[in-house]
Amino acid sequence: MDTKQTVPAIPDTGRKQSHSLWKRMKPYWPIYLMMVPGLIYLLINNYLPMSGLIIAFKKIDYAKGIWGSPWFGLENFKFLFRTSDAYIITRNTLLYNGAFIILTLVCSVAVAIMLNEIRNRFMSRLYQSVILLPYLISMVIVAYLAFAFLGMEQGFFNNTLLPALGLEPIDWYLEAKYWPYILTFVHLWKNIGFTCIIYLASIIGIDPEYYEAATLDGASKWQQIRKITLPLITPTIIVLTLLSIGRIFYADFGLFYQVPMNSGMLYDTTNVIDTYVFRGLLQLGDIAKSSAAGFYQSIVGFILVLLANGIVRKINRENALF
Amino acid sequence: MGTENRIWHVMSHVCLILLSLLSIIPFILLFISSITAESEILSNGYRFWPNEFSLDAYRYLLSNIQVIARAYGITILITAVGTTVSLLITVMLGYGISKTEMPGSRILSFLVFFTLLFNGGLVPTYIIYTQYLGIKNTLWALLVPSLLMNGFNVFLASNFFRTTIPQGVLESARIDGAGEFRAFFRIVLPLSLPILATIGLFNGIAYWNDWNNGLIYLSDPKLYSIQNLLNQMMQNIEAIKTASTAYGANASAMKLPGETVRMAIAVIGVVPILIMYPFFQKYFVKGIVIGAVKG
Repeated sequence: MDTKQTVPAIPDTGRKQSHSLWKRMKPYWPIYLMMVPGLIYLLINNYLPMSGLIIAFKKIDYAKGIWGSPWFGLENFKFLFRTSDAYIITRNTLLYNGAFIILTLVCSVAVAIMLNEIRNRFMSRLYQSVILLPYLISMVIVAYLAFAFLGMEQGFFNNTLLPALGLEPIDWYLEAKYWPYILTFVHLWKNIGFTCIIYLASIIGIDPEYYEAATLDGASKWQQIRKITLPLITPTIIVLTLLSIGRIFYADFGLFYQVPMNSGMLYDTTNVIDTYVFRGLLQLGDIAKSSAAGFYQSIVGFILVLLANGIVRKINRENALF
Repeated sequence: MGTENRIWHVMSHVCLILLSLLSIIPFILLFISSITAESEILSNGYRFWPNEFSLDAYRYLLSNIQVIARAYGITILITAVGTTVSLLITVMLGYGISKTEMPGSRILSFLVFFTLLFNGGLVPTYIIYTQYLGIKNTLWALLVPSLLMNGFNVFLASNFFRTTIPQGVLESARIDGAGEFRAFFRIVLPLSLPILATIGLFNGIAYWNDWNNGLIYLSDPKLYSIQNLLNQMMQNIEAIKTASTAYGANASAMKLPGETVRMAIAVIGVVPILIMYPFFQKYFVKGIVIGAVKG
């Protein structure tokens, strides 16, 4: 407000404005100072890597670094898109995330509705805590848990479950065709507890009068869920879903790397953009394709986030990120 | 009406009980496998009801206690330091951004926000941290990359400050002659305990569970956190297995009860979280909701 009042009155605005800006900033110096560590971290951890994305157009020479390496045009991208890798990792990333989004939504909403049915606070808490437990453990531990079931020689499935059903043992870590189901299951197992808490909070926020009125009118439980609960939590559903669609180009690296135990035989159904970039960079020494895939992910990912947010914003400005 | 409600009620209980079982059964299998005799596992695999129990795996781990203790020490150190530093720089930046009347706050806020939309990804991040900052095979590798601060938490803190801290309190502090630092640390932070607990808890869990940084930046086993050790043990026991089948079964593979040790080390990795969980569960659930409201 200060500038707006002073600027029109004084002709040589440049000097005066910067002077008054300085004056306006001065009382805040301790606050600027407090922000410095965080901003430096963002510079190092976020902005330098962003500018480093140009590595995708360079022939990397570690000795010369990112900015010193010679330009390489689109060669890295040609390497990447000449193979079937680009197609496979894009397909896997999109299909898995698509399935995760839909199934997480359906299961979490169902679980949240059931949790809301439980009137006993202690039991409700207990269920919530137990279902949330898998969310708290690291993917390395999840890989161990999966291995206890799927291990080829010692796993519970091959030794106990499949023989009991009269089925032959399966080489789980060698057969790619089972992994879409396994990974989807593990993802749901680990994440439902988290998402259902968000939906539960949204359901709890519904005014109980709606239900009381519906009950008086003789509406059945199922009708109440369909006509009251679901419509009233739809904003939450839309926002959470669109935000995960915005992240659809980013896979859960831990899930796809740890749980299949990095088994090469499974790459056809377990390789996603994130694991591809990681392996190219750190295990295969194929930094050309890796950097191209990383660039591809960053740019497409960015566009998708903008799109998703744009839609959220259209629906409900409050819930948009920006 | 009554019966219909009861059916829904019972069905909900049944489904939730099944789901709860599904959530904990893997942990039960993990635990029982770790106390099963190795020979039993070699003949019958991991089971919920083994014929023969044994604590050999834990004895074996106990004989390697220095490795495990060191890894836990590193995990605890990194979690403590990381969570504290992270909390501090997050709230300080968030506080600045919450001052919308401050010149430049919009630009700074956008700089934080943009990091949520766009990132450079692994390749440039790796090159910058290793080639320019030299953190490969140092403890910094576990502390700094990606975990130290994220824009989301900054906004969480900033929203809290903006909506919850009464401006009048800050005004009167200023009139009393308290500087900005004093006002922040003595007045704002004590009023912000809920958000500090939320961000601290989430950061703490992230540090405790992190294996990613170690996988990317560490090759020196001396620096492994417990998660890195777990990660490595999974691969190492594999390596012993493949080697022993390649050479024909040899004696060294027999020395270590590999199949039970694998499960025992995972149990040791997961037990602290399970013990702590009941204490922080309430705050954790609240935190999820707070995060989701503006998410």
